[in-house]
Amino acid sequence: MDIITPAFGLVFWMVISFGIVLLILGKYAWKPILKVLKEREQSITDALEKAERAKEKLALLKTENEKLINLAKEERDMILRKAKETANEIIAEAREKSKAEGEKIRKNTIEAIRNERQAAIFELKNQVASLSIEISEKILRSELSDPSKQKSLIDNLVREAQLN
Amino acid sequence: MRIFSLIFLFFSVGTEIVYGSAANGDGKKFNAGDFIVHHIKDAYDWHITTIGSHDISIPLPVILFSPGNGFDIFLSNRFEHGKTVVNGYRIEHNHIIAEDGRKFYDISITKNVASLFISVFILLFIFIKVARSYLLNPNKPPRGLVNALEPVLLFIRDDIAKPSIGAGYEKYLPYLMTVFFFIWINNMLGLIPIFPGGANLTGNIATTLVLALFTFIISIVVSKKYFWLHIFNPPGVPIWLKLPIPLMPVVEFMGVIIRPSVLMIRLFANILAGHIIILSFISLIFIFAAINTWLGLSVSAISIAFSVFMSFLELLVAFIQAYVFTILSAIYFGMATEVPHHNKEHH
Repeated sequence: MDIITPAFGLVFWMVISFGIVLLILGKYAWKPILKVLKEREQSITDALEKAERAKEKLALLKTENEKLINLAKEERDMILRKAKETANEIIAEAREKSKAEGEKIRKNTIEAIRNERQAAIFELKNQVASLSIEISEKILRSELSDPSKQKSLIDNLVREAQLN
Repeated sequence: MRIFSLIFLFFSVGTEIVYGSAANGDGKKFNAGDFIVHHIKDAYDWHITTIGSHDISIPLPVILFSPGNGFDIFLSNRFEHGKTVVNGYRIEHNHIIAEDGRKFYDISITKNVASLFISVFILLFIFIKVARSYLLNPNKPPRGLVNALEPVLLFIRDDIAKPSIGAGYEKYLPYLMTVFFFIWINNMLGLIPIFPGGANLTGNIATTLVLALFTFIISIVVSKKYFWLHIFNPPGVPIWLKLPIPLMPVVEFMGVIIRPSVLMIRLFANILAGHIIILSFISLIFIFAAINTWLGLSVSAISIAFSVFMSFLELLVAFIQAYVFTILSAIYFGMATEVPHHNKEHH
């Protein structure tokens, strides 16, 4: 067992032990460990890539959203403008219509009033006529109740008739 | 190697000071060189401590096989430190020798082998547990032990294997991870001074030889034609360096052999040196205590401070050496499986 001459026994046991360690660790330790490490690294890389892609997608979505919002705003403004216009139109139309209606009603009323007045005047005329007849009848009756008076009347009438 | 031999020589010659007369009176000398060598070398028993003149150690099984006699299996304490002959075997200076000089193979469970088994158990326990926790919570953030180990796993995958090997690096990950954690755990176990640790497994050349051989064999098995073409006909080299004497091919081929050898020596030497330095600081205490008790006490303060510092440094070295071994293995695999560059451009 000298320092610089390798002892057979130790070489023998070293070859066996180291060989066994190499085989066992190779199969049951290094293989699974390296596999898991590789898979983990892969999954981390994948996750980072996914996050990057998601970020990009998000940015894209944001700009798209902004576009959509702008579009919606424009549309809203347009709709509002149109609605206002329509409302104004409707109001103007209604005003026009009501004015015409009013005019028509006024005309009709005037017409009706005129007709009523005509009718009233006619009625009044009739009544005045009948009243004057009645009055003249009554006056005649009272005038003619006395025979002298009857006579003078006749005289008058005759005179008048003669003169004619 | 020579440097280490010199260090041992220095300690064994310069520090043979009578220690026992000052300490326990049995006249036993403290020899720093023996003390250090004893700790860094393999042994048939796991020595824990010595109280007085009584050694406390765990006997380990001795397994001997000789083609004529078959197996002999018994506990190392039956040798009684060399006093007894067991089944025709005797222990002498930490070596087992056969009395009748017959040829035999020693596959005893020595201190390093026992430590190897402990580390194997720890490795299997930790990583099967970690794997189970990964499978149970595949997409959850890691917690506890898994959380502590995940950066290391990712480090091996992303900073060692991927840049060094290139395409198809996944195939080598199980080996690289096993070798990394095997070396790291054993380096750290070696730094623990008492029982479950304390063996010098990664500072033993047999261990690093086997690890380097694994790397070498794998790199040869997976090597492509381009790799060998590069060695036997190096491009961009003047023709007179290849013919008639194949100078460059020889140099290149030597490189193939030298690479795993360097891998073996680097890990072995680094860990061994770390152990020796820490043990040297500890030895200083006994050397000075042998001169004078008070001197020993004052030196111990410095020595302990230094060995604590060194232990921290070794903790770093434990990781660095595991890293270096792993990245060099990965680079060698990358070299062996390299494909010509112009081919890549065309595809």
